[in-house]
Amino acid sequence: MKQVHEGSHAVSEAVRLARVQVISAYPITPQTHIVEALSDYCADGRLDARFLCVESEHSAMAAAIGASLGGVRAFTATSSHGLAYMHELLHWAAGSRLPIVMAEVNRALGPGWNIWTDQTDSLSQRDTGWIQLYCEDGQDALDTTLMAFGLAEMLNLPVMVVLDAFFLSHTYEPVDVPDQDSVDRLLPPFAPRFRLDCEHAFNFGQMVPPARYMEMRYNLQLAMQAAEAGFAQLAAKFEELFGRRPQAVEALACADAQIVLVTSGTVTSTCRQVVRDLRRNGEKVGLLKIGMFRPFPADSVRRHLSRAAKVAVVDRNFSFGAGGIFAQEVRAALCNRQGHAPVFSYVAGLGGRDITPRTLMEIYDQTRRTATPPDESIWIGLDAEQVKTWRN
Amino acid sequence: MAQLTLDKESPMLSGHLGCPGCGAAIAMKFALQGLGEKTMVVLPASCWGVISGPYPQSSLKIPIMNMAFATAGAAASGLRAALEMTGRGDTTVLSWAGDGGTFDIGLQSLSGAVERNEDCIFVCYDNEAYMNTGVQRSSATPFGMRTTTTPGGRWKRTRKKNIVEILAAHRIPYAATASIGFAADMIAKFKKAAALKGGSRFIHVFASCPTGWRIPSEASVKVARLAVESNVFPLYEVEDGVRYTINHHGRRKVAEYLEGQGRFRHLSAQDIATIQAQVDAQWAFLRRRAQEET
Ligand SMILES: Cc1ncc(C[n+]2csc(CCOP(=O)(O)OP(=O)(O)O)c2C)c(N)n1
Ligand SMILES: [Mg+2]
Repeated sequence: MKQVHEGSHAVSEAVRLARVQVISAYPITPQTHIVEALSDYCADGRLDARFLCVESEHSAMAAAIGASLGGVRAFTATSSHGLAYMHELLHWAAGSRLPIVMAEVNRALGPGWNIWTDQTDSLSQRDTGWIQLYCEDGQDALDTTLMAFGLAEMLNLPVMVVLDAFFLSHTYEPVDVPDQDSVDRLLPPFAPRFRLDCEHAFNFGQMVPPARYMEMRYNLQLAMQAAEAGFAQLAAKFEELFGRRPQAVEALACADAQIVLVTSGTVTSTCRQVVRDLRRNGEKVGLLKIGMFRPFPADSVRRHLSRAAKVAVVDRNFSFGAGGIFAQEVRAALCNRQGHAPVFSYVAGLGGRDITPRTLMEIYDQTRRTATPPDESIWIGLDAEQVKTWRN
Repeated sequence: MAQLTLDKESPMLSGHLGCPGCGAAIAMKFALQGLGEKTMVVLPASCWGVISGPYPQSSLKIPIMNMAFATAGAAASGLRAALEMTGRGDTTVLSWAGDGGTFDIGLQSLSGAVERNEDCIFVCYDNEAYMNTGVQRSSATPFGMRTTTTPGGRWKRTRKKNIVEILAAHRIPYAATASIGFAADMIAKFKKAAALKGGSRFIHVFASCPTGWRIPSEASVKVARLAVESNVFPLYEVEDGVRYTINHHGRRKVAEYLEGQGRFRHLSAQDIATIQAQVDAQWAFLRRRAQEET
């Protein structure tokens, strides 16, 4: 049924429909709406779950780990400083192979305090062993959250559902909210592969010597490697049930494109419009939306970019001393292919600055006019005066 | 003297990785004698993370969840919630942390858990330092002790934090101290804690560490007894955060307890007198709380 929801509540609806059993959370803007709604559902009985008001994000993830190892479907949500604070436990959740799902609202990290969107928070958790899925709009947020539970439980890996602050979390859109029966068919009751059980006692998470540690990590990597195919398999079932097919990577007009713009998150919607406009003017441009960032869908990315003459990656994030993070990953995916296209890394919209159609036009024009990238990364829309003032 | 018989079939198995005379290992044995096999243990980083054995072994017959250092309170809470959601609410969740994992890095998580009055038994086995990492001071390290981070003449000049008062301030149903030197008392307290199911229970267990305290391994229990007999570590209970009961009245001098422990060997007669005065004052304070005549 179509309803109007803000992005945050699209996530809450999915969590309710997934019949999550334990939720632990700690408030941080702009994530709070997700768990406020869930707290209501728990209070009024629409969701039969325990809601734990823990005293920090570190504890939110620790409690989710305890719950998941106890054998229930567990969920939490956070953002920015909260995610950074959880970092240690992100490794613990993945290393324990627990199918926890977390919504993470992209927000800039301080200082200075900035509550607006920026992907550096989630991307700096890329090596923790979590699957990361980036959402474009409200429907995508709901669908991706449902997919996240299925995928997590299929692979015994935790999944992070990532959405832009405000542009998505606080934006109201029509969202098709599926009925409970159909969701139950996608997500049958959680049947843990292992759990804490007095009848079958195990010592979980104990000391592991060098002779055994590496194989455990390799197995985690094998699960990661199965994620893209697992996603596709689940997406097929999803389409049968709901008539929509979630995609880990979506290529728009890439087949004959000279220049392909690569995006993630809400910028993708803006970019769709830009690509349509440019195409109307006869420009050979395409769009590659990356929904799944971990595992990085390198094969799909290579395939879709194989005919492009140039690739322009738009990053609303930055790795200091390196560059835009999606651009690094795209470069790494392409680098072993003979004669691959040059990859332009554009950094834009940090700390919630708008990325408008004009911004994307500028990126396209620069890419078209330049044969090879002039720099490791190109910052778009900087105010030269401010840069000068703060320069050391 | 009363004879105490331990169950032959203990949830703690005969092999473990503790040092000879490890008080923390003895503590677990007594605790589980009180709690039985329908128990799950949450184990943050500590010596017990080693004592419980490396993969794929275990020194306990019951399920163990090893966890990151700061997380005992929160992890136990999550597990508790899962047990309730899966119809296993009658299982005891035992959070088993060292003094570092309780007094220091785990204090916030523990405070959060007991403020929510989580239905778990939270234990601090206290060996008065970070032993697993090689005897560094914690806020449970007593005045006068040498550790690797309070070495030589820089032995610890500040007092041990009073963790039971902190927990009692949360007004939890039950808080108590126990000692591996008083087995019957300790086992009875774990039984009592189990019977008080429904809310947060906290037990502060004095667990000597021959390695870190520089005492002979066979002196572990004797030293723990002397700590109680000298009122350095009194045995008492606090119900609902306010009703104090003292379980044992010590009559010995602090010097008898300190003597023979390498960790205190450097102390002068004056230092020992200072400690005696601290202990006397704290003992009087405790007796007033328990409304005993002083
Ligand atoms: C976040 C974090 N910091 C530090 C450590 C290293 N560490 C492991 S155990 C330990 C000391 C534990 O002390 P305590 O809780 O008193 O238990 P004990 O080893 O004395 O039994 C430390 C510092 C860690 N595992 N995690
Ligand atoms: Mg210790």
